[in-house]
Parts: sequence; structure tokens; C-alpha cells
Amino acid sequence: MGKVFSFGAASDHAARVDAVFLMILVIGVFFFFLTQGLLVYFAVKYRRRRPDRDNETPQITGNHVLEIFWVLIPSIVVVAIFYYGWRVYTDQRIPAAGATEVHVNARQWLYEIKYPDGRTAINEIRVPAGKPVKFILSASDVIHGFYLPDFRVKMDMIPGRITTLQVQPDRPGRYQIYCTVYCGTGHSNMLAQLTVMPPDEYAEWAAHGKEEGGEGKENEPLAVRGERVAKSAGCLNCHAIGGAVKIGPDWKGLFGSIVPLEGGKSVTADEEYLRESIVDPGAKVVKGFPNVMPTYKTTLSDEDIEAMVAYMKTLK
Amino acid sequence: MAEESGGGKGYLAERGWRSWAYTMDHKRIGVMYLYTTIAFFFIGGVFALLLRLELLSPQAKYFGNHTYNVFFTLHGAMMIFLFIIPAIPSGLGNFFIPLHIGARDVAFPRINLASYWVFVAGFLVVIGSLVSPMDTGWTFYTPYSAKTGAAVATLSFGIFLIGMSSILTGLNFIVTIHKLRAPGMTWHRLPLFIWGMYATSIIQVVATPVVGVTFLLLAMERLLGVAFFDPSKGGDPVLFQHFFWFYSHPVVYVMILPAMGIISEVIPVFSRKPIFGYKAIAYSSLAIAFLGFLVWGHHMFTSAMSPLANAIFSFMTFFVAVPTAVKVFNWIATLYKGSITFESPMLYALTFIFLFAVGGLTGPFLGALATDVQLHDTYFVVAHFHYTMMGGTVMGFFAGLHYWFPKMTGKMLNEKIARVAWALVFIGFNVTFFTMFIAGVRGMPRRYAEYLPRFHVENVISTVGSAILAVGIVVMFWNFIQGLRKGLPAPGNPWRALSLEWQTPSLPITENFLEIPVVTDWPYGYGKPKGPDA
Repeated sequence: MGKVFSFGAASDHAARVDAVFLMILVIGVFFFFLTQGLLVYFAVKYRRRRPDRDNETPQITGNHVLEIFWVLIPSIVVVAIFYYGWRVYTDQRIPAAGATEVHVNARQWLYEIKYPDGRTAINEIRVPAGKPVKFILSASDVIHGFYLPDFRVKMDMIPGRITTLQVQPDRPGRYQIYCTVYCGTGHSNMLAQLTVMPPDEYAEWAAHGKEEGGEGKENEPLAVRGERVAKSAGCLNCHAIGGAVKIGPDWKGLFGSIVPLEGGKSVTADEEYLRESIVDPGAKVVKGFPNVMPTYKTTLSDEDIEAMVAYMKTLK
Repeated sequence: MAEESGGGKGYLAERGWRSWAYTMDHKRIGVMYLYTTIAFFFIGGVFALLLRLELLSPQAKYFGNHTYNVFFTLHGAMMIFLFIIPAIPSGLGNFFIPLHIGARDVAFPRINLASYWVFVAGFLVVIGSLVSPMDTGWTFYTPYSAKTGAAVATLSFGIFLIGMSSILTGLNFIVTIHKLRAPGMTWHRLPLFIWGMYATSIIQVVATPVVGVTFLLLAMERLLGVAFFDPSKGGDPVLFQHFFWFYSHPVVYVMILPAMGIISEVIPVFSRKPIFGYKAIAYSSLAIAFLGFLVWGHHMFTSAMSPLANAIFSFMTFFVAVPTAVKVFNWIATLYKGSITFESPMLYALTFIFLFAVGGLTGPFLGALATDVQLHDTYFVVAHFHYTMMGGTVMGFFAGLHYWFPKMTGKMLNEKIARVAWALVFIGFNVTFFTMFIAGVRGMPRRYAEYLPRFHVENVISTVGSAILAVGIVVMFWNFIQGLRKGLPAPGNPWRALSLEWQTPSLPITENFLEIPVVTDWPYGYGKPKGPDA
């Protein structure tokens, strides 16, 4: 894998980040040699020639044209760098359709992997090549990091919150994952692997894995578990799935939609919004609905809530 | 008041511990701060060397992971809170602000003394926390810092006290600079060190209370179970990061602005040229201080802030670069057509410009969103802030120590040994920290006690560099001690400088001036006037 930054980019996005890096590097090297070249040149050329007497020095106290010039040039350069860096970052965060979803939960000091169909693993993630992958990240104890250097991305994993990270692995291979947010004694041993497999091999592995792990509730697919929880927790008494609207908002087609809120704002219904609405329903009240839902913070486990979010995503 | 006491004992005439412990003399308080902060610079440095030693091998070899984590926490916390924040402002600033502006002392000498003893109380509490040493990193991130068994509350109380001392000093300096300038010392005749100190003092007074309150909240969370930051009780862990960086980002300008002030003093003296673009340098300090309050979010681009907030913080961050670049251009332009000599203060000042340029130009990688998401929390960041903090602030501090050594001690330094030390520091520093850029770009995360073998070469080179750097610093301070013990007596103005402190004898007397000077010109009138109107 990559020895130097410009090689070993594992995705198109990584290559674009490398292009930003290169642009800043070229600008930086140019200004470094410009300023330090002048520094050394002046230091040598205008050194005191005679040990006992100063050179005659002119009393130059400034030059407005020059000073305005070197305020403007850096201003333009930094705006250009900002813009390029921001564009590449923003493009990477546009949700891609049809992404393979992988749930990753961090705890001191390992990564628990869960696939939507119920397969689980520790510190080893497998995904098919050529399709976007969306990591749904959470943490059980303290803040952890999820860093994929070959893809030039990282995201913090924050307890009590869901964060996401998206990559598009094009080439099969094994890629290193590091924890980057200091999390205690085992921080530097908190490593994992991302294995990108050719699609056919992945399909074979996934089918095999399902059979192998199909014993009972433990490996129940996430969405199935979510449906079971939603029914037993009484959610469907107030939330319809298609058809007539009940007391709360309809779940059908909710995920990914733009939800108007009381007070005129709106929010995109992503994982974090759904999670928050289950544990803290009053935080963002949907326009036109009463703020009457109780919190499920103490009655549902984090895993149950994650499963419910996965279930709600299937209601298209 | 005694007769002119040039070459005499000056402010050091009184002897005995009481003459120090109860002193109201800003110079003595400054000296006490210098000794204290330099002691912590050495302790923090020893921790750094232990870290480098452990990183010689990819696997833990000399001590365990927990010990490593404690060491990097103590290295960071001591270097930042006990050395780099107070060293220049409270040490050199205390000594030279009244001398620079032509005052007999600071505005509130008793508060000044109190600030020193509050500082002492603070570091004693910090040392007390070592019974169960901190392993959270100097950033104290919650919820880890709310859960770990270490003495977080004790250490944060110590830093709370140190912050209080910092506020008192800042307040004192602001009033001093406003009210005690000598007749004729207009704002535009102030030495640029004073402008840097003024901007720094404002940040200290405005930002430090925020971190004080943050540490109080953290202590309440740990001791009383009030959940501000613990998500399992309904708190928000990322809120802590916002509070923390609201202080800790501006505070990097508390560290760098006084150092930039020193550079602006040294460069004209050793070039025999007026400073180029005085007003631009003066006002850019204020601009940096102001913009510094608007960019804390750039430490948190991967903490799930909204993309819009990320974009705004990224944009603002780039505008800190402009006033910084202006200063660098102006210093270099000051050299143009000068009569440059390379005594040790000038060597360190030029080194500051060189290393700070590397630190500054690697900033845009971390300000730009796409590349920050790649490089955040890797060794690239470690390299970047050591180039700005050590390559910048500490080199500025060294320049100041060499420049003002004759004034503070009445003795001259051995210039040859000073140059040998400088060469070792320069080489050792670059070998140690430039290598870290490469490790970071290759993906090595920071705060790793153990690392993958693929990063072995960089770490070995870095450790070798740190040994060279350490030897250089030991030689430098050995030279200081030799200078103190048997240096030649210093003349009043060995560098032929024009600012007021050099118009007093070395050592300056208590209350500085027999008669308050009347100022008629700025302190940079070197070189030949252009014509009769200049």
C-alpha cells in the first residue's frame, strides 16, 4: 500500500484529496523558497562588511504599495485554497444511493461490526468493491476515531450520537483502520481492517456468513429486530406506516426526506435525527404534530434504537 | 533615591529570601517567573525525551502504554500551562514592559506579586495531582476525562489557579500600557514588543475565564455527578470541546504574539535599520488576537459539526494567515540594505522566521477541509504545532533571553558557545519534527504508545533528532549559568539599541529610572535619514 501521499489512494475521493494536498504543497513550497530565499540572500548580501563600522543603511520605514500588494496576494491565495478544500470535502459527503451499510460501534478498545442482515464481527470489516459504503458509527463509552488513511477520511465516533462516513472503495485489498481520538490505555492498539472484496467473492462470503451465524435472535437481521422492537414498544400505536396519519408523523418514506419543524426550520431525516427523536422527542418537533411523545431513552437499549433506525430505513 | 549606580548591583542589591518573596519590583517578579517556567521547560523536556525513547521501538519496550499516556499528558500540560503561556508574558513581559514604556513599575505591583504566588499555588496543585497522574492528554476530552481514575479534578483545579494568575497579569499589563507610558510615548512610538504584549493581555483576560469555568464544570461532573458532558446522563461530550478550544485556540496567540514582538525588536537592532511597516506589524497583532477568537472550530472538523459550520470555521481560519504573512514579509523587508550582524539573539530571530514559516505554511493543509479530514489527529498535526510553538514561540523566547541577558544579569554571554548551542538546536529541531510531517502524511496517528512497524524509520530518526536538540539546549543553559557566574560585566547598551530599557544601566535600579524619560522619537530610528523632512 501507499508509501508516499500521492500513491496508494484507495478511491477517487482519496485521489482528489491528494490533489488538494499537492496544490497546497506547491503553493507552500513556492512561498517558502520565496521568503526564506530572500531572507538568506539579504542576510548574506547585507551583512556588515567591516567589523568596526556599520554599512550605511537607508531609513526605509515602509512602502504602502508593497504592503497592500502583500496583503492582497495571500488573501487571494488562501481563498482559493479554502474553496478547493471545501468543494472536495462537500462532494465527498453527498449521500450516494445504494450504499452498502455497515454499523460500527466502538468501545475500549475494539470495533464491533454489525451488518444489516445480522452478521457480526470484531475489528474486521468486509465490503464489496465498486459500490459506495456507508459506515454508521457509534460508541459505547468514550469518543473514538475511525480513520481510513488510504481513503483520506476519518470521523469521530461519539457516545450518544450517530455519525456517518461514506467511502467508495474501487480496488479490492486490505486497508488499515486506526482509532484517532485518544481513548485510554489501549488507544494505540485499537486497530481494525477493512477488506474490500471482489463483488462475487463478497456475495459468496455474505451468503455463507448468514448461514453460519443464523442461530437465534443474536444474529437476527437489524431491520427485523427493529420491527419487533417497534411493535413491542408501542411505537405503531401512534406512527402509521403509510395510510391514514395517526398521532405522530408517518414513517413511510420518512428516512432521507426533509422534515419541516415547528418554528420554521427543517431537517433532513438521517440516522442521527431519528435516533434523537426516539430518545429526546421534544428536541425537534415536526410541524403540525403535538409534542406528546415520551422519551424512550431509558426503556430502549442503544442497540434496539439502532435496529429501529435500520427498520425505518426499509420503509420506503 | 541613590546615586547613579551603573555597574552596581542595581535591582539585585537587596539580599535574602524575603527580598524576593515579598518583592513588588516587576523585574524581580519577572525573574522569579523565568526561573520557575524554565524549570518546567526542563521537566516537560525530560518527559518528551522519555516519549521519544519509548518510540524507538514499535512495541512498548521500556514502560507500558499507560505510563506513556501519562508522560505525553504531562509533557503537553506542563509545556503549555507552566512554560509556554507564562514564560514570555509573565517572565520577559514583567521585566521589560515598564522599562520599555518608561514607567517605574507595573500599575498594580501587589497584584503582580499576588499573580506569581497564585501561579505557585497552581503548580503545587498540579504537582499534587501526580499521586494519580493524568492520562487524558492535555486536552482533557470528555467523556474520557470524566471517567478515568486519574486526578482530573485536582489537575484542573491547578490549571484553574494558573489561569487566574494569567488573568491578573494580563489585566495588570493592559492598565500599565494604557496609563503609565512616559511623556511623549505615544501609541505609535511603543516598541512592537509592547503591541504584542498588549494583544496577548487582551486574549488572556477575555479567554481564560472560559477555560476556568469549563474546568469547574468538569470538576462538578466528576465530584458531584452533574452531567454536563457525559452522554449517558444526558450531557454532550462535544460541548466540552467547544468550550475547551474557545480558550485553547486563542491561547496559541497568547504564546506566539509576544514572541513575534521580540523578533520585531531584535531584527531592527541587528540590521541597523528601522522596522519595515511599523503600523502593519502593530495592528496585525490586534487582528490576529481578534480573528483568533473566531476559528476554534478548526480543531473539530471531524467531530460531526454541521458541514456549514465546518465551512465557516475553515474560511475564517485562513484569514489568520494574512496578518501573519504580513509580519513575515515585513521582517524580511527590514533586512533589505541593512548592516546585519549575527550575534546569538539575531541567529534565534532568523531561526524563528525560518521555522515559523514552515509551521505557518503547513497550516493551510489543516485549515482546508478535505486535507484536514485526512491529517487531523496524525503526526502531521504534532509536527505543525511544534514548528509554530517550539520553532516559533520558544525560538522567540531564546532570542529574548540572549538579547536581554546582559540587561537582566549585568553579565555578557560567551558568544561562541551560544552559537554552538544554536547550531545544535537548529539541526536537532528540524531532524526531530520535520520527520513527523512525513509520518503524519503516511497516516501515523498521534498519541500512540505503540505503532505499526511501517512507521519505524521515521520514529528512529525523530528520536535521534530529539537527542541532538536536547544536547543543544543543555549547552545553551550551561552557557547561561557560566555567564551568570563569571561573564564579563555588561555595558548599559551592548547592542546599541534605541529602546528605553537599554538607556538604563545594566543592571537597572529598583524603580528603573532616576527621572522619568521624555520620549521624542520612536525606538527604530536606525540608519541615515532620507532627507531633512525625515
